[in-house]
Amino acid sequence: MAKAEPRTLFDKIWQNHVVASQADGQQLLFIDRHLVHEGSFHGFNKLKEKQARVSRPDLTFGIVDHYAPTRTRDINQTDPAIAGMITQLEENCRANDVRIYGLNDPRQGIVHVVGPEQGITLPGATIVCGDSHTSTHGAFGAIAFGIGASEVAHVLMTQTLWQKKPKTMRVRFDGTLGLGISAKDMALSMIATIGADGAQGHAIEYAGEAVRALSMEGRLTLCNLSIESGARCGLVAPDMTTVDFLRGRPLAPQGNLFDRATETWLSLGSDDDAEFAREITIDCRDIAPIVTWGISPEDALPISGTVPRPESTADESRSAHIREAIDYMGLKAGQALSDIAVDRVFIGSCTNSRIEDLRAAAAVLNGRKAAVPGLVSPGSSVVKQRAEEEGLDRIFIDAGLEWVDSGCSMCVGMNGDLVPPGERCASTTNRNFKGRQGPKARTHLMSPAMVAAAAVTGRLTDVRDLMGGRA
Amino acid sequence: MKPFISLEAKAAPLPFASVDTDQLIPARFMKRSRSEGYGQYLLYDMRFDGEGRAIADLPLNAENRQGAEILVARRNFGAGSSREAAVYALVDYGFRCVIAPSFGDIFSSNSVNNGLLPARVTEEDAEEILALLEGGHETIAVDLETQEIRLANHVFRFEVEPVWRTKLLNGWDDLDLTASYAADISRYVEADKERHPWLQQTGAD
Ligand code: SF4
Repeated sequence: MAKAEPRTLFDKIWQNHVVASQADGQQLLFIDRHLVHEGSFHGFNKLKEKQARVSRPDLTFGIVDHYAPTRTRDINQTDPAIAGMITQLEENCRANDVRIYGLNDPRQGIVHVVGPEQGITLPGATIVCGDSHTSTHGAFGAIAFGIGASEVAHVLMTQTLWQKKPKTMRVRFDGTLGLGISAKDMALSMIATIGADGAQGHAIEYAGEAVRALSMEGRLTLCNLSIESGARCGLVAPDMTTVDFLRGRPLAPQGNLFDRATETWLSLGSDDDAEFAREITIDCRDIAPIVTWGISPEDALPISGTVPRPESTADESRSAHIREAIDYMGLKAGQALSDIAVDRVFIGSCTNSRIEDLRAAAAVLNGRKAAVPGLVSPGSSVVKQRAEEEGLDRIFIDAGLEWVDSGCSMCVGMNGDLVPPGERCASTTNRNFKGRQGPKARTHLMSPAMVAAAAVTGRLTDVRDLMGGRA
Repeated sequence: MKPFISLEAKAAPLPFASVDTDQLIPARFMKRSRSEGYGQYLLYDMRFDGEGRAIADLPLNAENRQGAEILVARRNFGAGSSREAAVYALVDYGFRCVIAPSFGDIFSSNSVNNGLLPARVTEEDAEEILALLEGGHETIAVDLETQEIRLANHVFRFEVEPVWRTKLLNGWDDLDLTASYAADISRYVEADKERHPWLQQTGAD
């Protein structure tokens, strides 16, 4: 018998889901899990236009997050336009027998935090959501990617999607991370290296010693940011860290079925001689705490760096971008990053709002006062409760930060949690785009520990300077 | 969906890199239903100042660029959020084609699903097209069959995924195609219940 072609993890999961293929290379994929949120209303409207119903309500999950108010859970106390977005999702789900984690559900939270937490996200699955950070779920060894409203409608109606297979790329992180360095720093250094469009058209598999050493929380952060390098998705091969995280999760398989599934999951991985269209290797010893200074996640540098000079590059497009970024961000070329004063901080979002993220920030803030105001929004109501059991809420509150309910909050400001115009925010989120946190708001992305450090000093700060005796 | 075969129309330069979907349609306008139209909110915070006045030196606001159907930008256009509303804003404003060196993947598929052509050119060609527009040229011809862009007496080649090209040329909608595969989907589900029962149901069901 001829030896089977070596395949990548991505290829294996993809091939498992092909329902049909067309001569032009398009393939019809079965979708195992479809997550919907308030923004999915365009998709539901298309469904209504066609007088269709959700084809697999049992594989569709509604979660209130983008517009979730964080200072009250009383819909009547919420801005009517925002409340309308929430009730619209609840009605669309109910009308289609789709289960909904509503505003007052104890399992509510950001869709990419709730999926893994509830065991909706499983290895070997295909997962889509009308949200680009769906790449997060790839941490479990799943093919997970964001889709637009037309595609949401297509999945609602058929539980499938036409796709052309992306190319594969492997990013290997060798060595071990230094103290105070996290998955966020790994991801930002990768994006700074390859560019915000560096992985366009590719699915990234993260591998190497440092990735294996990451907890599920860290892997979720890493995969979350795949989209900021332009990748369609990112994934990590399942191992015992994955299995241990899933055991006992409400919607994960139980009992014998869990054992059977585990066998399949642990067999998923790229074959030794599988070929990737591209491979890059990053040495973790070279990774320092990273901050962004500009208006694209690729505008990222170690905290010891300085704001770039437009004339430092001969590339006209790049130097125009640097000028535009410096102007928008209100910075000076050549200025030390550690001299940049911030007006507020935000800890939250699907990138960094899980329990480990809160612990990392709290470790820095413990017994200290924040020099600037700030908001801490846990990724889910489950994370919130856990953090309160551990007393983390007290640390944030005692430092002078606001401890609020879960949702997308200041990551995108749809619920009204905004950075005021012209203000500068040190943020654990994923996008420093112009206006992302509010019109004219200025965002610096960094890890939770780095945001905590910025809160303490009131400027961008190397967290390692504040870590004596803490970790 | 309306097919896209060729187009000769006014073009507007947008000489920025990484014009993300948050800029194309700021989040605060996304509560509206599509029937209200998204065109007026396209690039809102770039086109208007804090008082809602049009920013005069933005080429897109110039008199001679009104009615433009082709937009020319720098690399990484449409990166970021999967919001299809970004494409609605472009289409409702009147654009039918965006020319740039690279596009966000999700943005590209959203574009094609709305009959908007994402035409990929080299960085050098994008710079040259931008320079020609800034030099006063106004009209561009885009031919999807030959994958050519004509401007003044220059011809530039553009790339687009073959699958998307076919879809745009024919104005196809995925749903029509999928309907013919209903039996294959049922067969897949039956087989997968055996292979991966935990995927075809959830633990609590
Ligand atoms: S937290 Fe931010 S990035 Fe994540 S799903 Fe919500 S809005 Fe999107």
